[in-house]
Amino acid sequence: MALHKMHPNMNKNFDPRENYKKTQEAAGYIPRSKATQKTYDEIGFMSGLEVHQQLKTKEKLFCHCPAGIYQKPNVFDAEVIRHMRPTLSELGEYDGTALMEFKTRKNIIYRLKNETTCTYEVDDTPPFPLNREALNISIEISLLSKLNIVGEVHITRKQYLDGSIPTGFQRTAIIGVEGEIPLKNKKVRLIQLSLEEDSCREVSDIGHTRIYRTDRLGMPLIETVTYPDMANPDEVKEACDYIRFLNRSTGKVRTGIGAGRQDVNVSCRGGSRVEIKGVAHTRWIPELTHNESFRQWSLLMLRNRLVKEIPDHINWKISQLALDYYDFNFSYKPLKESKELKHRIIAVNLPGFRGALSHFTQPGKMFANELTERLKVIACLEIPNMAHTEEFDPVVPLEDWESIRKLLGSAQNDAQVLIWGPEADMKTALETIEERCKMAFAGVPNETRKSFENGTTIFERVLPGADRMYPDTDSAPIPLEDKLITELGSSLPQEIIDRYHIMKSWGIPEDTYTYIFKKDLFPLIEKIVNELGYSPSFVGRLFGHKLKYIEGHSKPAAEFSYKIVYGLLKFISEQGLTPEIAWLMLPHVYEHPKIDFESVLISIKFKRVAKEQLFGSVPFLKSKFAEIQMSEKKNNEKDWIMGQLRKMAIGNVSLSELAASL
Amino acid sequence: MAEDIFQGYKGLALEVLKKFNVRVWGQADVLTTRGLFKGTILPRSENDDDKHIVMKIITGYNIGLDIATISDMKETGYKKANYKIPEKEFPYTQGLPKVKLIGTGGTIASRLDYRTGAVIPAFSPGELYGAVPELAEICNLTTEKVFAVFSENMAPENYKKLAIAIGKEIENGVDGIVIGHGTDTLHHTAAALTYMVQNPPVPIVLVGSQRSSDRPSSDAALNLMHACTTAGHGDIAEVMVCMFGPTSDEYGFLHRGTRVRKMHSSYRSTFRTIGDTPLATVTRRGVEPIKKEYNHRRKDRNVTILPYFEEKVAIVYYYPNMQPDIIDSLVQNGYKGIIIAGTGLGHVNKPIYPAIERAHAAGVHMYMTVQTLWGYAHMFVYDTGRDLMAKGIVPAANMLPEAAYIKLGWVLGQTNDPEEVKRMMLTPVNDETTSREPYNGYLVYQGGVPEIEDFIRKVRK
Repeated sequence: MALHKMHPNMNKNFDPRENYKKTQEAAGYIPRSKATQKTYDEIGFMSGLEVHQQLKTKEKLFCHCPAGIYQKPNVFDAEVIRHMRPTLSELGEYDGTALMEFKTRKNIIYRLKNETTCTYEVDDTPPFPLNREALNISIEISLLSKLNIVGEVHITRKQYLDGSIPTGFQRTAIIGVEGEIPLKNKKVRLIQLSLEEDSCREVSDIGHTRIYRTDRLGMPLIETVTYPDMANPDEVKEACDYIRFLNRSTGKVRTGIGAGRQDVNVSCRGGSRVEIKGVAHTRWIPELTHNESFRQWSLLMLRNRLVKEIPDHINWKISQLALDYYDFNFSYKPLKESKELKHRIIAVNLPGFRGALSHFTQPGKMFANELTERLKVIACLEIPNMAHTEEFDPVVPLEDWESIRKLLGSAQNDAQVLIWGPEADMKTALETIEERCKMAFAGVPNETRKSFENGTTIFERVLPGADRMYPDTDSAPIPLEDKLITELGSSLPQEIIDRYHIMKSWGIPEDTYTYIFKKDLFPLIEKIVNELGYSPSFVGRLFGHKLKYIEGHSKPAAEFSYKIVYGLLKFISEQGLTPEIAWLMLPHVYEHPKIDFESVLISIKFKRVAKEQLFGSVPFLKSKFAEIQMSEKKNNEKDWIMGQLRKMAIGNVSLSELAASL
Repeated sequence: MAEDIFQGYKGLALEVLKKFNVRVWGQADVLTTRGLFKGTILPRSENDDDKHIVMKIITGYNIGLDIATISDMKETGYKKANYKIPEKEFPYTQGLPKVKLIGTGGTIASRLDYRTGAVIPAFSPGELYGAVPELAEICNLTTEKVFAVFSENMAPENYKKLAIAIGKEIENGVDGIVIGHGTDTLHHTAAALTYMVQNPPVPIVLVGSQRSSDRPSSDAALNLMHACTTAGHGDIAEVMVCMFGPTSDEYGFLHRGTRVRKMHSSYRSTFRTIGDTPLATVTRRGVEPIKKEYNHRRKDRNVTILPYFEEKVAIVYYYPNMQPDIIDSLVQNGYKGIIIAGTGLGHVNKPIYPAIERAHAAGVHMYMTVQTLWGYAHMFVYDTGRDLMAKGIVPAANMLPEAAYIKLGWVLGQTNDPEEVKRMMLTPVNDETTSREPYNGYLVYQGGVPEIEDFIRKVRK
């Protein structure tokens, strides 16, 4: 039938693609590469950070299990199943997230491994006294962050009903409040730093079953929280890098995948605080924050439109109708599967929402995605869980939508969605759709969102408030005396900002700083410069250019420690070799950290040549060059001779000295 | 009243609050040598020191401020928290069984106590319905708080009160009784009620929670649902303990009140039936008996309440090198009965013999149980055992020490005649002694063994 192939909305004069484009333009969305500070000022970009960092301790925070030992997702010794129920906060209120999570009725399964799990992790024993090593590190970092250190540490329970912690709450304690970090052009204020136990790692989350492993659970973690002082996406990254570098400068924090993670709070003017959770790399931050600020701005545009078009939005309601699979002949695979599973299928009418579903939210995403994502999280309906009337590539044919519209008694300006899934989940699913649509009249819901490398996010949870705090009745407060704080304060590393200025004054090229801070190499560079007398700029480049390149291109046979570079440079100066030879030796040293430096000299085929011999060969080469030269340019002779001598010269004489002599 | 304004503060900390005129629940700016702190002053636990003031900062976290660092405090506002479990009227549903929940002060539902910093129980049908709405689908629940004591403070007077209250409820026609109870001495109370409430026509279910109900992962709600299911719908008309089977949220066990014991200080699955299999498992779908023989639910109301207890009874847990004066001092202090938890098959060392003879001569009733918990006192096997019996100690078969202690107290509350005491002690009311110990009654697996590890991997703990 010809009609079948037509665009479903064509006869209604509505093109979702066009609507998407139009709403994207209306929100003023431009790619980040084209955005300026003015762009962000116009939409009132605001962002703050919660930077998490694992501490390098032997044991976990509240029990004596080893920290930092990881298990594979499907290797476990036992399983425990739990369900989470909301409880009251200290102030006597239920938390919004808590109630949402309760709605989802999840079976939470924990996979335990004997080596990393004791009765504490599965919440079958109260906590043991707080790990002092972790407490001291967190105080040191608080001092570096210029925070006011509390007089007494109180362990608080912060409710998490997603199951990521088997108790249903995270034990966490404030160490300091009100600090600041200096960026290149401004100061960013810090709200607080807390010491907390890390959560479980998720294995999977399908339907009503969420699986976690407990290896990471309980490892000491600090969280540095900033005020929303950052005014553009790059500043957010800069602040985040600074905090991470500061943490690393103590040498007492873990590195590697997952050891540092950040939650980024973003809002635009008139929007709401949205927390982008678990951003694994700081380089993702600019794109994520850029997109989130525009998602909010665009949702505000949608709000303005809906509020104007639907004056009685307080009483706005969806209407729905259960469909019979046999009345339709759906060819869409998920619908066919749903029919076989005897799942329910429900058509929902969204009055006045035509144009809302295909409203731009993020690059490649529209308002309909906000519904789909919530259906997955809250009603446990696996994606794809919804079809709607504003899909770019419709999965339900036009004639079916027409019948559905008739059955629902829809008006011209209404939008329709189709959902399917187990009967028991349908009530929550319908509530979820109505709830999210009603939120569109208010603007931007407070929520936490999960980040993706491409810079987009999806709904994760409703944003929890302060209502989920509860004092930990299982542990006593820990007093922090002045003596301890003074003691810890006396051995702090220099500040990152000071190190930045020192490196600049030393002439170390700025493109090496990120690497140097990330690997906490400043103390080593300083030591090499002071004790071995190398030029700082040479050492900076050796690490920040050469070693960085080597690390990216080869694998060491044994564990490579940066201290080996000190040994190498010491060897070079003791042997009376010139520094340049380090450039040739370092790749070998990196690949074979256990080989002695003499052997490295052999493998790079280094020969000792006396300075006189080298310089003595210059006249010969000069006459040789005169024979073969093709043009009269002055530098040609010098370049050619250097080329001839370079290999022999490296390590034996300074190349610059040799060049000068020509 | 001053006490109310400065809840929990004492000594130096109290002086500081008074000096700066800042109240508990007052919002305050506090200037210290460590910087400025802003937040709400919270009550302080009475057991904590008087050198710190507790504050809730804007982000919801609590911190403590060292009073020695405080140079100034200013109250800028006041907001008292109103901690209340939302109370909703428990709905009545036609056709559902009538269950009475008797409260004794356990942690089925609880709230924060600032005085001790610990949790205190909250309890009313409305509160319970607010916290565990699923209960309304199981039964029509009414509640009564008979008294409020912590589990460790339960005493014979409480047992008697409970027994009488249960008798009244049965007379009133309830379909089942649930007793909320702290877990520490739950098995003592379970034994006491077994002896004091005989031949009940309906289930009597004792329930508690191992992880307090102020946490999302608490076992309280599920235990309560299981207990109400057992009481309202189960067919087992006995005194039972209903607690988690595995530590997972899977099913509950119903344990006979005389054979149950708390076996772990904190595990959810702490209650185990000793020397037998549990009576049944329970889920929200219903009770699944494991044992074939039990007392069935009846329509009649013929229950016998025997609320008696002699308080001068003790348990003596034997250890090597125990001195005879331990026994002597009990006799001198007027104790009428002693349960000995002996080693192995029921033994104590020779130096105690004279003290035992003196106790016997003084008319003290002595019964031997085993501290191995599993197994019988077999006093004929060794000379030691025979000597002890000759000196007046009666072996109490496989009665658990706690069940024996409660029973002796209950028996001595009724008679002092040695023969009658012995008859009553050795005639089981409900399996406190059993003639057979099933071979699968003793199962204490040891981790690390490959087949056990294999089992644990497959079956949720």
